[in-house]
Amino acid sequence: MEYAYQLAILFCIYSMLGISLNLVVGYTGLLSSTHAAFYGIGAYATAITLTAYGVNFFAGVALGIVISAGIALAIGIVLNRFSGDYYAIVSLGFNVIAYSVMLNWHELTRGPLGIPGISRPSVYRLDFSSNFMFLVLSVLFLVAVWLISRFIAMSSFGRVLKGIREDEAATQAFGYNTLYFKLAIFVVSASMAAVAGSVFASYVTFIDPSTFTVMESVFILAIIIFGGLSSLKGSVIGALILVLLPEALRFAGFPASIAAQMRQVIYGATLIILMLFRPQGIFGEFKL
Amino acid sequence: MAILKIKNLQKHFGGVMAIDGLSVSFEKARVTSVIGPNGSGKTTLVNVLSAMLNADSGIITISNGPDLRKCAPFTAHFYGITRTFQEVRLFEQMSVLDNVLIVLTERNVLSAIFEKHGAYHLQQAKTALETTGLWSKRIELATNLSYGQRKLLEVARVLALTASGKSNIILFDEPFAGLFPQMVKTVADIIKELRMAGKTIVLIEHNMDLIRELSDHLIVMDAGKLLAQGEPEEVLSRKDVIEAYLGE
Repeated sequence: MEYAYQLAILFCIYSMLGISLNLVVGYTGLLSSTHAAFYGIGAYATAITLTAYGVNFFAGVALGIVISAGIALAIGIVLNRFSGDYYAIVSLGFNVIAYSVMLNWHELTRGPLGIPGISRPSVYRLDFSSNFMFLVLSVLFLVAVWLISRFIAMSSFGRVLKGIREDEAATQAFGYNTLYFKLAIFVVSASMAAVAGSVFASYVTFIDPSTFTVMESVFILAIIIFGGLSSLKGSVIGALILVLLPEALRFAGFPASIAAQMRQVIYGATLIILMLFRPQGIFGEFKL
Repeated sequence: MAILKIKNLQKHFGGVMAIDGLSVSFEKARVTSVIGPNGSGKTTLVNVLSAMLNADSGIITISNGPDLRKCAPFTAHFYGITRTFQEVRLFEQMSVLDNVLIVLTERNVLSAIFEKHGAYHLQQAKTALETTGLWSKRIELATNLSYGQRKLLEVARVLALTASGKSNIILFDEPFAGLFPQMVKTVADIIKELRMAGKTIVLIEHNMDLIRELSDHLIVMDAGKLLAQGEPEEVLSRKDVIEAYLGE
């Protein structure tokens, strides 16, 4: 049962990451590949405040949100000068920079040694140290992220985001300063990724930079492309499949000598087949 | 009374002078049509007036307001300018209804998130779509519409904006191209009603019958320059206009 709880917590974390990235990529059409950086910033902010200053977990989450939002605002202003493929490449560059900072700023992050001993939260008599209780907390965070994202997606603001995705110049011609809309959703998305990072740090109780590489950003991107761009439901389904599929393949009965490789082959082949036959993803209403 | 004035406007693309020292004005509550051979600078003029392109030099003023020549693209809307596009530009993967609602939404980020006028905007969008005969298509994606319907949807967006009082100057860039007769009548009627409502219309069109029917004033451009302007019948009978544009 503990194994199931752990998978469910991971599913919640990746759902939050997928939903938040979908606001930027699926709804606004900005191919951001720097999401793992904000995920890491949230994780480190929480880990450092909990271990070094002993503050409350939720204060750590709030700090992670504020720091991620601030950095996202600065990065977003720079990214606004780019579009299309260039946007993707430059955003990838930011992820590389963030990873390098986490790896090399030893005084703050302890570099490759990582930060151990991150506690799980407790509020009054509610103790979230068991996997089940932590799952409850993760679900609550996921629901909050879902509701906020749904509100955004269904609002007039969400409609303008789609307009930017479809034709930014025409959206501007109708009086929208698209820079503000793009910055706003980028900051919101980064804040949500920071929340996911905080939950992750507290869940695993140890973080190091290897979790927040460019490959992690690509994995989150794969979740939303698989589940469907411009679809919150798709983000959750994408996370469910891509988190659980590798685990399910553990039970496929491959010989031990090739099991790991075969899992990777099937995993990759599944992604390729889906993209061939349904490029907009399972629930997507838009394809890149 | 001239509401929109252009003085000595110039715009070039590389070595091509698309607009070359153009000075004209557009009267309030009148339809001013712009004709000219392909490449004469008509669409560039609309792009400059709607601030989608910045002119190289010259002055553009609305009601003696500030010079709009170097405005950011989104500012034209705040001076009451809206437009249609020669090559239809819809939000393809959005519904027909959303294509209209988007022009009605609050322009400020926070106001857009916490929109207070959703029901009012929906009513305005419904009226615009009913006028253009597209209400029954409201849940269709714009990309699934026929060419004529796509043109009408652009007109519906303009209608919704003008009805909301957010637009007083409308730039129509070949709104009749590719429409069958019933649709042509619908759009022509809309333009007449907009003029009656006091809106200023700039119409780019090649159909001379429609020019004669709709225009109060006619401007002829050739190679980015003003060739002639005045009453439509008078201008269309001028020999230099016939030679340059009508090729007779």
